[in-house]
Amino acid sequence: MKDSLVLLGRVPAHPDSRCWFLAWNPAGTLLASCGGDRRIRIWGTEGDSWICKSVLSEGHQRTVRKVAWSPCGNYLASASFDATTCIWKKNQDDFECVTTLEGHENEVKSVAWAPSGNLLATCSRDKSVWVWEGASRSLQVDWEPPDTPLRVRDRVGSWVPFFFSPTVDEEDEYECVSVLNSHTQDVKHVVWHPSQELLASASYDDTVKLYREEEDDWVCCATLEGHESTVWSLAFDPSGQRLASCSDDRTVRIWRQYLPDNEQGVACSGSDPSWKCICTLSGFHSRTIYDIAWCQLTGALATACGDDAIRVFQEDPNSDPQQPTFSLTAHLHQAHSQDVNCVAWNPKEPGLLASCSDDGEVAFWKYQRPEGL
Amino acid sequence: MVGGGGVGGGGLLENANPLIYQRSGERPVTAGEEDEQVPDSIDAREIFDLIRSINDPEHPLTLEELNVVEQVRVQVSDPESTVAVAFTPTIPHCSMATLIGLSIKVKLLRSLPQRFKMDVHITPGTHASEHAVNKQLADKERVAAALENTHLLEVVNQCLSARP
Repeated sequence: MKDSLVLLGRVPAHPDSRCWFLAWNPAGTLLASCGGDRRIRIWGTEGDSWICKSVLSEGHQRTVRKVAWSPCGNYLASASFDATTCIWKKNQDDFECVTTLEGHENEVKSVAWAPSGNLLATCSRDKSVWVWEGASRSLQVDWEPPDTPLRVRDRVGSWVPFFFSPTVDEEDEYECVSVLNSHTQDVKHVVWHPSQELLASASYDDTVKLYREEEDDWVCCATLEGHESTVWSLAFDPSGQRLASCSDDRTVRIWRQYLPDNEQGVACSGSDPSWKCICTLSGFHSRTIYDIAWCQLTGALATACGDDAIRVFQEDPNSDPQQPTFSLTAHLHQAHSQDVNCVAWNPKEPGLLASCSDDGEVAFWKYQRPEGL
Repeated sequence: MVGGGGVGGGGLLENANPLIYQRSGERPVTAGEEDEQVPDSIDAREIFDLIRSINDPEHPLTLEELNVVEQVRVQVSDPESTVAVAFTPTIPHCSMATLIGLSIKVKLLRSLPQRFKMDVHITPGTHASEHAVNKQLADKERVAAALENTHLLEVVNQCLSARP
């Protein structure tokens, strides 16, 4: 089991500071890191080594807590303790801050793009989750049916003819379409379903909440209770039917979606699906679990823990889908010299994992599922 | 993150006449500690020496003099790189509890090697909002954000400054 996670390289990404979060671009060629030094760095490979391609230093006045790439890979969003979210536009190796989203009362803790690229979600210590709609939607093009002209979505979501006008892409405006006040405390993380417009948030109030659009507004459609302390992060599995959450209570929980009239007889209220905890991983972590990542290619589940370790779990081959069992397939005790804050699977290369820590470093790992599993 | 303003700024003190305890003596230096060849592990007395002189935010007294910190409430394991400090607010409704805990935490963060995992919490059963204060102190993201607040950092630095 020892060799299932092999170190490929390490970079001092945010020296004399802490590195909070990492995000791979959709092509898997670039990694964005952010930290307590108020900077964002973009990493890429040159030969076998990882080098810093760009430093985004103008933009935030305080810690940059999280970063997220747009699904098209042309934009990067950054959430900061300075209460703002910046949208950066990529132009080869240069990044330009094109918009600053303001509105949260204090620290913005997380930012995430919906799979369509039209919507953005942010959350804050002010207990709210905001859904934003972008106006530059040249990226969402309707190709069907093939004999009609190209169409794009306009600001209110209607399909309109697409003109190749330079202004379409230059108009980087975002408008808040909903403020959700369902949590009673600090909201730590937001994540979108991999294919649907379903949003999930994790909070200091120990719960996870799910939201969907309903008649031009957004509503909370489920509350997942069970964790005994702050829920720090969330990750959907590749199908989007399962959601993993990690917590200060040192456990990971796997939740499963049950549609109305499901065969298993799990009760649903109205037409909303119900979410039920089907697995709890306890006894593995010795301190707060800060992040969890579900590999969309291999199904491996990695965790970042305050005990300096990285762990990888995989579902057992003959596991019951209603009551799955997971095994610890890799456990690297001293992955970093301090708390591990984030783990991120590369979206294209199976088994390539990046991690970052309070020690300011980013590490790259190769995970291989142990034989016999 | 720390609620309430008015630190030391006039008004009535919550606990105007606190019980004052005697300060402990200086740590005697042993022959082994003088020997440069012998590695010194970090022990409870060393941690206590770091935090006992922290100033109370309200009184012109140290946390040791108010019995907020005691050596017996410091747990250290040098090989495991863990430090746990329990502190006892002078009264169960002390609104300064979070600030005191934060000051202890900051002092340890600035003094100890970074390998140490630090837990600072209220002595069980001694504060009305024990769980809430402990949860906030254990949340490193909120501690990090609080320390970027220049006003709050100034107050913490005052608690950590040496009194003339």
